[in-house]
Amino acid sequence: MTLRKYFVLAGITVFSTLGDSLLARGMKELGNVHVSLHNLPALLLAILNPWVTAGILLLLAFFACYMSALSWADLTYVLPATSLSYVLVALIGHFRLHEEISPTRWLGIALIAAGVGFVAAGPSVTPTRQHRDTPDGSRDTVSQELSHEEVES
Amino acid sequence: MNEIYAWAAIGLIILASTTGDVLLSYSMKRVGHVGELWQRRGLLAVVGRMLRTPTFPLGLVAMGVAFYSLLFGLSWGNLSLVVPASASLTFVANAVAARIFLHERVGRRRWIAALLVACGVVLMAV
Repeated sequence: MTLRKYFVLAGITVFSTLGDSLLARGMKELGNVHVSLHNLPALLLAILNPWVTAGILLLLAFFACYMSALSWADLTYVLPATSLSYVLVALIGHFRLHEEISPTRWLGIALIAAGVGFVAAGPSVTPTRQHRDTPDGSRDTVSQELSHEEVES
Repeated sequence: MNEIYAWAAIGLIILASTTGDVLLSYSMKRVGHVGELWQRRGLLAVVGRMLRTPTFPLGLVAMGVAFYSLLFGLSWGNLSLVVPASASLTFVANAVAARIFLHERVGRRRWIAALLVACGVVLMAV
């Protein structure tokens, strides 16, 4: 795991959290406009709201980071990183919006953090042949990287 | 009766999002290391290879199904039931599915992590 890979994992957490909250803010600003598939013009106009636009762009950035992470790490390694967004939402609410965090929620934060720590301390990828098989059949340099990357007990 | 519908929606969310995650993960493993590919052949090559991997669009469809099941679930059940129940069980379902379908080495470390995260997500919503 290089520093750059940790940045991509952090990107998953940060971009999904910010994207969701900007989207939520934009949709609230639009108010009671009934946005659904049956009301397609309203749905399309929602994109013009700057908060919604920014939210969608951030969610695209999240998806790019997520796909990038899945290309070099196991699904069971990447998923806990996404769970940190629950913690981030709570902490933003606490420090920026001065929301009270109940003891149960603090316990939840602790459990999620512990889970992420458990996974992060282990290997990021299961070395298999599957990683080396690329659609055009060429051997990727990835396999060399994998071979000397951490292999856990 | 609404409760049965809510749990049916929760089941569908778990099934669809797990299917989506497994398909997307499988696709990206076939695409190969995105960062390296980008450096060697450019961004278009990465996107092109992703789109030419048939399981990738299937994964996106599954994610879309999960999203709409969530919307349906929210119209039948409470926010405080549907979101934490589906999110936490999805972590456990993903660990099982990754082991079976992706042959990932899900050791004790990752099982504990999946359970801790699942419990944590439930507590966050209480």
